[in-house]
Amino acid sequence: MNQSPPTNAVEMQNIVIRFPGVLANDNVNLTLKRGEIHALLGENGAGKSTLMNSLAGLYKPVSGTIKVHGEQVSFNSPKDAIAKGIGMVHQHFMLVPTQTVTENILLGLNEPKFFMNMPKYDQKIRDLQDQFGLRVDPTAKIWQLSVGEQQRVEILKTLYRGANILIMDEPTAVLAPQEIDELMDTMKAMVDQGKSIVFISHKLHEVTTVADRLTVLRRGVATAEGIDIEGITGEKLAELMVGRKVIFSVKKKPQVPGDVVLEVMDVSAENNKGVPALKNLSLSVHQGEILGIAGVAGNGQSELAEVITGLRKCSGSIKINGKEVANQEPRKAILSGVSHIPEDRTGVGSAPNMTITENTIMKNYRDDPIGNRWGINFTAAQSHARDLKEAYEILAPSVRTQARKLSGGNLQKVILAREITTNPALMVAMQPTRGLDVGAIESIQHLLLEQRESGTALLLISEELDELLTLSDRIAVIYEGEIVGIIEAEGADINEIGLMMTGTKRSVA
Amino acid sequence: MEKWLRSESVSKLADALLPVFAALAALAVGALMLLVLGANPFEAFGALLDGAFGSANSLADTVVKATPLLLIGLGICISFRGNVINIGGEGQMIIGALLATALGLAFPDWPGIVMIPLAMLAGFVGGAFWGGIPGALKAYFNVNEILSTIMMNAIAVQLMNFLLSGPMIDPVQAAKASQIPQTARLSTSFDLPRLIPTRLHLGAGIAVLLAILVYILLWRTTIGYRIRAVGQNRFASRYAGIDVKRQIVLALLLSGAFAGLAGAIQVFGINHRMITDGSATGFTGNAGFNGIVAALFGQLNPIGTIPAAFFFGALLVGANKLQRVMQVPSALITTINGLVVVFVVSSEKWRKTREQKRLTDMMAEIDGDPPPNPEKAVKEVGS
Repeated sequence: MNQSPPTNAVEMQNIVIRFPGVLANDNVNLTLKRGEIHALLGENGAGKSTLMNSLAGLYKPVSGTIKVHGEQVSFNSPKDAIAKGIGMVHQHFMLVPTQTVTENILLGLNEPKFFMNMPKYDQKIRDLQDQFGLRVDPTAKIWQLSVGEQQRVEILKTLYRGANILIMDEPTAVLAPQEIDELMDTMKAMVDQGKSIVFISHKLHEVTTVADRLTVLRRGVATAEGIDIEGITGEKLAELMVGRKVIFSVKKKPQVPGDVVLEVMDVSAENNKGVPALKNLSLSVHQGEILGIAGVAGNGQSELAEVITGLRKCSGSIKINGKEVANQEPRKAILSGVSHIPEDRTGVGSAPNMTITENTIMKNYRDDPIGNRWGINFTAAQSHARDLKEAYEILAPSVRTQARKLSGGNLQKVILAREITTNPALMVAMQPTRGLDVGAIESIQHLLLEQRESGTALLLISEELDELLTLSDRIAVIYEGEIVGIIEAEGADINEIGLMMTGTKRSVA
Repeated sequence: MEKWLRSESVSKLADALLPVFAALAALAVGALMLLVLGANPFEAFGALLDGAFGSANSLADTVVKATPLLLIGLGICISFRGNVINIGGEGQMIIGALLATALGLAFPDWPGIVMIPLAMLAGFVGGAFWGGIPGALKAYFNVNEILSTIMMNAIAVQLMNFLLSGPMIDPVQAAKASQIPQTARLSTSFDLPRLIPTRLHLGAGIAVLLAILVYILLWRTTIGYRIRAVGQNRFASRYAGIDVKRQIVLALLLSGAFAGLAGAIQVFGINHRMITDGSATGFTGNAGFNGIVAALFGQLNPIGTIPAAFFFGALLVGANKLQRVMQVPSALITTINGLVVVFVVSSEKWRKTREQKRLTDMMAEIDGDPPPNPEKAVKEVGS
């Protein structure tokens, strides 16, 4: 082993990973050079995370070889991968909220053995921070940190374990624009010091900004393997990802908004931990208007959706078409014409073990012709569900299929179908396209615009700025439970919104 | 997709038969134990079958034993479908029986045709009350219903012991020095009508009829839909405007009501008086727990619970004969009961794994389909 180190940090060849009935990776090759940022692109379910999980020791490929620094390896657990210097920063953080940064980083290590000399380790972590420009107080508790800081802890965790090959699974999904810039600087600092990074993403502009080369997966097959980023256009990348030309801008028709439908005045509410989440928040939405709510996750968006739909208690006033609905049961809000696309499709938006039919009638099960006060006519319910399945192009074997058997996009269509059939005056949509593939995103956005055209008032809460800019008429930025600015979506400046999202700038509505 | 549907119906049949295989597996283990005890398993099971089905009388006894299991099982179907666990069948059965008996003792001169329906109603109400309390505690104070229903069992037993040795005691016994804690015999005009000249009484017919009604309740009414929706996802139910707390109370209340009815039928159909040996089992014969087993064995389907209850009834009746003929302890049957539960519950895990595999296969097939006309969607959006 005296020869000069090989130029490739990782060579994955002909990787095949199979789940029951699904070929997740079909003979995929990926070569990560030392000191490069290698982007791994693909739609949801394309097999990106699966491929990288096999490199991190979580799955074992059916066939294919993995070489790390020229040496062939076979990982049986993440521990084996860590031993070879491979660290993965997962999309969902794995941190203990009540422990400090240092404690989290030391978790699961053999050292310290018994006595916890924390100051010594705090210092070690500070040194590591200086090296890569990852600022976060080692003695702070995780719950006190912002999402961006928590992510830095995750990165520090892998670096502390001696990782020189980092896998970052959609690291920008949870960050505000400024935080994304900082992360990109960190990534560049890390590769300058000899680390190699695999950067999983499906945001094209980020990839073109930071990566050196890229690999694209589509349905488990690589459609581009390690091509240079130079000269690649966004359109070309999208085509590699989805296999057809994507029209990015869903166009909304110019439309003059009508009367006020939703009026929120001086609303304050607490989150589940009893901490103020909304502070004297006011806004209004008109007929045929989409008001976008922009903000970094956890700034009160969930609570805002919940107080309007009757799921959370609040102070202040919420009026739908002039009728007070604050602090009423959810059913009151529904009867006042509020429909709701919840953030959590399987936890709130549907009962996964019930059939499509049973899920579509959740709000109108006692309305003619499906039912009355006492009985439900399941024949009528089935035909209602079949109509919706047809109209909304829901892909499923039958309406008797359980909701959990549907893909994310199809489940979202079931929820949208149910909510739209109530002929709502107001629709509160939270993250309606999150986690969906490009095709499903388009059809969901299209349905939202149809609602706008039919005169519904829409409150669209999203973390995707592109989506907000495309769909909204106005955009309100929420920061720490307050609306810090409302601007017209037409010609809005992304940077300005970004500054407001991080609380740096305020603008008068 | 048709291929998938076909294979699904085959798999569904296999799933439905799974409990039967689990029961056979339990019996096989039981056979091993019989061997260890020095008995010939074939003779033993022969004796068991003979004891349970050998004559009109034994068959009638099996049905009589199965009746409370079915009734309590029906209640369990409702509460478990609502994701509320009711371990309080014993107590609810006792309270239902006490209320019905008290009514029968208070008005001994009423005609049977009036008293019997009223007594059944009293049993229903008593059990509903006893089940409704833990329901309300869970819904409004977040008290774990498993703990509270068990505790309610203990309270019910002591209440029974107190009432039967005091306020409700048979005047004949009260006059004696060594008092047996029991009530007077109910008026013979209150005896549940016999269906044929055996111990088989009207209660079995009521139970089967109710099984059909519970099926309709769960799958054809708004009440059942709401309870099932809450059972599947409380958050989605609340979001959809369903009063979740009310459904939790209702699920436990109905569950208790069926146990209470079982208690009333036990008294008016079989015992004709209440007597206590100090334990709950002395009156219920463990029906409050065996009913749970029957419902699980019936896959929480009211119709499926009918044969399931019959099966356990047969085991219980056959056990006596087994003991007499083979000189093996009837506790062996309790063991086999337990084994059935273990096997049924474990086979559930197997069923879920199979279903997961079917699911992934199906997803693969659906994902393989071309998306429905994406170009069209794009054009519409772009226009």
